[in-house]
Amino acid sequence: MRMATYPEDCLYTREHEWIRVEDDVGVIGITDYAQEALGDIVYVELPSVGDHFSQGEPFGNVESVKAVSELYMPVSGEVVEINEDLAESPQLVNEDPYGDGWMVKITLSDPTELETLMSASEYEEYVKEERQKEK
Amino acid sequence: MRYIPNSPQERAEMLREIGCATIEELFRSIPEKFRLREPLRLPAARSEAELLAFFRELAARNAAATEYAVFLGAGAYHHFIPSVVEVLISRAEFFTVYTPYQPEIAQGTLQALFEYQTLICQLTGMEVANASLYDGSTALAEAVLMAERLTHRREILMARSVHPEYREVVRTYTRTLGLNVRLMEYDPETGSLQARTVTPSAETAAVIVQSPNFFGVIEDLEAIAARAHEVGALFIVVITEPISLGLLRPPGELGADIVVGEGQSFGIPLSFGGPSLGIFATRERFVRQMPGRIVGQAFDAQGRRGFVMTLATREQYIRRERATSNICTSQELCAIMAAIYLSTMGPRGLRDVAEQNAQKAAYLAREIARQSGFRLRFSGSHFNEFVVHSEHPVALVLERLRERKILGGLPLERYYPELRECFLVCVTEAIPRSAIETYVRVLDEL
Repeated sequence: MRMATYPEDCLYTREHEWIRVEDDVGVIGITDYAQEALGDIVYVELPSVGDHFSQGEPFGNVESVKAVSELYMPVSGEVVEINEDLAESPQLVNEDPYGDGWMVKITLSDPTELETLMSASEYEEYVKEERQKEK
Repeated sequence: MRYIPNSPQERAEMLREIGCATIEELFRSIPEKFRLREPLRLPAARSEAELLAFFRELAARNAAATEYAVFLGAGAYHHFIPSVVEVLISRAEFFTVYTPYQPEIAQGTLQALFEYQTLICQLTGMEVANASLYDGSTALAEAVLMAERLTHRREILMARSVHPEYREVVRTYTRTLGLNVRLMEYDPETGSLQARTVTPSAETAAVIVQSPNFFGVIEDLEAIAARAHEVGALFIVVITEPISLGLLRPPGELGADIVVGEGQSFGIPLSFGGPSLGIFATRERFVRQMPGRIVGQAFDAQGRRGFVMTLATREQYIRRERATSNICTSQELCAIMAAIYLSTMGPRGLRDVAEQNAQKAAYLAREIARQSGFRLRFSGSHFNEFVVHSEHPVALVLERLRERKILGGLPLERYYPELRECFLVCVTEAIPRSAIETYVRVLDEL
């Protein structure tokens, strides 16, 4: 099995979303572990620009051949951009989860919420435990 | 479901197995005061011969559509059903299945449903159809909920000439959801909805029109669609008499975003009110918000064609409270009946039937209008139904017709108090010419 990767410049949630903050804007997607667990992704339902979400609130869903799963906001904020390419090419989430497979960009309403998220090494440890539970 | 009888000995064995001394002990979780202490008051058991005689006598009290000439429509229509429908639908492969969850053993059922969906798309001019819902009224209510999901708007504009019982069902569905249903009046001259009186706003999720409407009048769908689309609202078209699609342009070509309706006319008997068939079709871009079950075509690893349930990941039995809709079933048997009926008729056959309906209805309408004391209430074009205004009491007219084995129409006062002197008449291809002539003679004698 290929090793899943977790970039150092992202923060992670227990629901397997990542966020990368660049100049006050947070880019959000799902992790390599999540895309692998879901399998082939066929549809991504995203919110509209201008929508507001609190930390932990569902902001859309991702549909694979196996299931439809909710997407949860890592931190509170307002959506400023969505990844339009996913409408035509949802497989980008499988191919490049931290790059072309990003989902939404938000402006953070409370940057201190970032402190509640996991670092790459913490998330890696968390995923290891999750995998352990599966077995 | 099978009735499984068991002997006193078997009951004792089962009680022993679960560790109860008596049947009373098994039911001890039911509070004392709710338990029945005396035996049920039931009549004495009857022999098989007595039972058959009893039900035969009961059935004979019904007025069957075969015995009366039925000029009733209003959402349930008496059409001729080719014998092939019953023969094919009675095959055990169709008759006994429930849900084709296992495509490897249900290819025949799945293919029949796929054909049904294809036929509905062709008739309505839409891109996707589901494998059916319960009936026309619940299909409309589901369309309203879908429009709310797609637009996130809270107002629904519905023509008052939509079937009154469909409107009731929409109210039942929307009442607790905080959706605001606003009714649009029909034009008192034509009986149709005038596009200029359709005034949706930026808050309107959907504009709902039935065509032919409850009065049988054909609506100008294209003009109303334009009004809805100007403000970004969805346009929902309701059809209660789908035989009309043999003659009328498909709503999909006239701007409909969702087409719903009742499919009973397609080879399904009246059966005193059910079961019937909910038709639901929409645009492909809305498919993920469409309720119900969908059968798709797929190819296996060797490239062979097959059929599977698709988008099931959004259905309730998988997604629970986050499902697209509470509905994750279909009227499979009725949908297959419709598919058989439509395949039997073919495009030309359906057109023939539709023409016969329109011509017979036009003939009776003209004859009634020539009788003194009677006139057509609305001037709009109609298909196989029309509203008659009578100077004689409506109840008396219908009673005179009933004496001659004719169910002459539906009094409208119950649904439209302003139409107290009116009744709705339907003429299908199943009405013999002799019955039409008797109908006219009875009015003449009044």
